[in-house]
Amino acid sequence: MLNLGPHASFIIAAYAVTFVVVAALVAVTIADDRKQRRLLADLERRGITRRSAANPRPAAKPKVSRTASEKGSA
Amino acid sequence: MTFSLTHLANPTRFLNFAGAVIPSLAGLAVILLGAGLYLSFFVAPPDYQQGETVRIMFIHVPSAWLAMFAYVLIAISGLGTLIWRHPLADVSAKAAAPIGATFTFLALVTGSLWGKPMWGTYWVWDARLTSMLVLFLLYLGLIALWQAIEEPGRAGRAAAILALVGAVNIPIIKFSVNWWNTLHQPASVIRAGGPTIDSSLLTPLVVMALGFTVLFILLHLIAMRAEILRRRVRALQQTQVAQAALTGA
Repeated sequence: MLNLGPHASFIIAAYAVTFVVVAALVAVTIADDRKQRRLLADLERRGITRRSAANPRPAAKPKVSRTASEKGSA
Repeated sequence: MTFSLTHLANPTRFLNFAGAVIPSLAGLAVILLGAGLYLSFFVAPPDYQQGETVRIMFIHVPSAWLAMFAYVLIAISGLGTLIWRHPLADVSAKAAAPIGATFTFLALVTGSLWGKPMWGTYWVWDARLTSMLVLFLLYLGLIALWQAIEEPGRAGRAAAILALVGAVNIPIIKFSVNWWNTLHQPASVIRAGGPTIDSSLLTPLVVMALGFTVLFILLHLIAMRAEILRRRVRALQQTQVAQAALTGA
């Protein structure tokens, strides 16, 4: 058994607080990430999507040179 | 590097990047923290003056470093929000604030638990401890500001201004032990002339600091991903309401 001397309670308390607080931070952060992913997936399943996802950008049109008459009408 | 940062400025690209690196960072954090804890308890010797209580340093110092690092990150993100209007700057700042607040809280609590056996008191109102408490209050203020303003863009700009004003506290924290009389020991790792700590104590401290830093980056990436998704959910919910209004009209 590790001998932490006369101030063992302070050392153990410091590590215990750190462990509990960091574990809670990790749990809350991961839970929030999962919640947002679940909410987004639920909305998308109901057909509510972002404009960029609903209307993907069409492929670029091939560049064609305009005729003299087209240039005149522009 | 510039190309990479510009590339990641797109939230969708950032989400792909985060998804790819998060598992590796999680593994690295577990390995570094495991090794750091082993070194802290089974390899590091007791200090000749402080005895076994020096082991509190291995969690107290990395917590304090990250408390300041997170705030500097928020302040730089504030510049990104106000000057360059970087799409991820506000997301980065908002995601870092609760993590920074947590490490500041841990620095304060572990410092008190180290102070009682060494100084005979949990708390003194000296410059180092008080400026760290101010940093904690700044974090709480930033979090409250983001919660109080509903529109993310407005909240981000207000928080960026507060973060930049509060950044003056960071050099005060760092140099408080040199500028004023305090019970807190002066800098012994990051200082001109190199560290004054023996390598038997410095090695576990560096390994723990690396572990804490990787954990911070990991949590920051996860929190940023959650914040980007929260904004997408909000936008979609607004679209849903608009569509319902049109249908009803």
